[in-house]
Amino acid sequence: MFAFCTDPKSLEGAAWFACYLTSGTHLAMYWSVLTVLLLLVLAAPSALAFGFGGAVMARSHVLPVAWLGKGYIAMVRGVPDIVFFLFVPIAVDQGIEYLLHVTRCSDWTEPVRRGADFVVCAQAKMPPSSAPKLAHDAYAFGLALLAFSLVFGAFAANTLAGAMAAVPRAQVETAESYGMTRAQAFRRVILPQMWVYALPGLSNLWMILVKATPLLFLLGIQDIVYWARELGGSKTQIYAYPHPDWRVWYFLGLLVFYLLLTWGSERVFGLVQNRLSVGQATAAGEALRKAGAA
Amino acid sequence: MRTCAESLTEYGLRALGRDYGAQLLPKGADISLCDQIVLIGSGMIWNVYFAVFAVTLGFGFATLIALAKASPLRGLRAPATAFIFVFRGSPLFIQFFFAYETFQILPKVTGTLNLGIMELSVTTGSLTRAWLGALIVLFLNTSAYTAEIFYGALRSVPKGDMEAADAYGLTGWARFRRITWPTMLRLSWPSYTNEAIFLFHATTLVFFSGFPAWQQSGDALYYARYFADQTFNPFVAYPIIAAYFILATLGITALYGAINRRLNRHLPREARPRLRFRPQIIR
Repeated sequence: MFAFCTDPKSLEGAAWFACYLTSGTHLAMYWSVLTVLLLLVLAAPSALAFGFGGAVMARSHVLPVAWLGKGYIAMVRGVPDIVFFLFVPIAVDQGIEYLLHVTRCSDWTEPVRRGADFVVCAQAKMPPSSAPKLAHDAYAFGLALLAFSLVFGAFAANTLAGAMAAVPRAQVETAESYGMTRAQAFRRVILPQMWVYALPGLSNLWMILVKATPLLFLLGIQDIVYWARELGGSKTQIYAYPHPDWRVWYFLGLLVFYLLLTWGSERVFGLVQNRLSVGQATAAGEALRKAGAA
Repeated sequence: MRTCAESLTEYGLRALGRDYGAQLLPKGADISLCDQIVLIGSGMIWNVYFAVFAVTLGFGFATLIALAKASPLRGLRAPATAFIFVFRGSPLFIQFFFAYETFQILPKVTGTLNLGIMELSVTTGSLTRAWLGALIVLFLNTSAYTAEIFYGALRSVPKGDMEAADAYGLTGWARFRRITWPTMLRLSWPSYTNEAIFLFHATTLVFFSGFPAWQQSGDALYYARYFADQTFNPFVAYPIIAAYFILATLGITALYGAINRRLNRHLPREARPRLRFRPQIIR
């Protein structure tokens, strides 16, 4: 990066560190922070969408649909989320390949599962083996994103279902007395009001999501945990920057990174909460009013 | 192919190590359904071990931390608040990695611990093994989460209860033991149940972080993943572990529900707080 970095072996002290911390692999690590943030930015709205779908389904009057929604909400209660993180990507991957296999290679007669193997024809490989590395990375990331959305969608569904139920019953009854249908009452009365009740739960969910991002590492994505392990391990003299095992420092750095991330989010949510509470007939709103009057 | 009885004798206790079953895990096409059920179940030994010890030890420590955080003394309050912030604000996964690397660079010291009746040989090398190192991390982690729950409950102890205690002349330790502490437990029990469930789920992270599975003795998820990799079929191993965890979660709910009923036995039935699913405390 810097001009004086051409011969790292001759450097010492601060100059060595300046060069070390800006080496190509370290820059890759800094970029991988973006992977984490990208996952957060994409997973939050899609989890919300999954959650909304689940919550609406759980309210349905059609019994099988309601069971499906309730089952979805309950699924994260009994089974560790990490099981889903491991299961969903590989299951979806095999599902897609199997479907492609059936449609594209209908002349194959051998079974797809042979003993300990899962074999599909070449045209059914996802992504195609000729695809560039970027496509493979994007595909893996997409599967990881799906797993995150599914698991956190279940948490969000729980929060949103609670928020929908928290809208005062009298409001819905008034809407019904005006002759609104169930759908109209939901759209015009429940939907606009539920967010006030959902916000604390959703901000909590964001924290949970932030703290779940290191699990990307388990899905084979080159995230910051991967780089911390790679870069921190001891490097012999054949490397440009030899050093002993520094993984503990790298993980300390990660710990601080995540603490800052959660601390920052907490501050932002505090401000938003305050902002939303102004003029509201809640305890927080009352406290704000009193503070203003004093 | 093994029969189911053979699977049971060979792999029933395999999670404890090589001495307790077959040398090697089943491989590839040799894997039967019974192998998967037995070996994953055997791995549950570790999940239960971590959860039971972390939760029971963490309960006492969390009470102390919660009291420290609620204390008017700054010297007690600040460290307790910092402890809770660090362990709740960072991912458990990173905590495992960090703790493992820290334990790695500790000097290896072997000492003897005199317990009066017997002498125990203690070595810091055990810290890098999951049974001790990961247990310490889980213990500290659950202590922080539980302490925050207890702290919230301590602050919500009804003023009237404390005034009644004053009126009866209860002070200090007697007031804490007979009024504050039981009320705190009563208020926090539904949240604490969730914490116990999610801690139990979090035990699956142990063997995915730095802590190695010596002699291929790991927890349930370690084996489930092993089978999914070996057979390239996620549709058998993962549902098995899911079933085990659902059963165990129902067990935890039943146990904590029974304690909840006992804590609130003075209340009329409909006034007792119900245990509710609140996923605030995943790690």
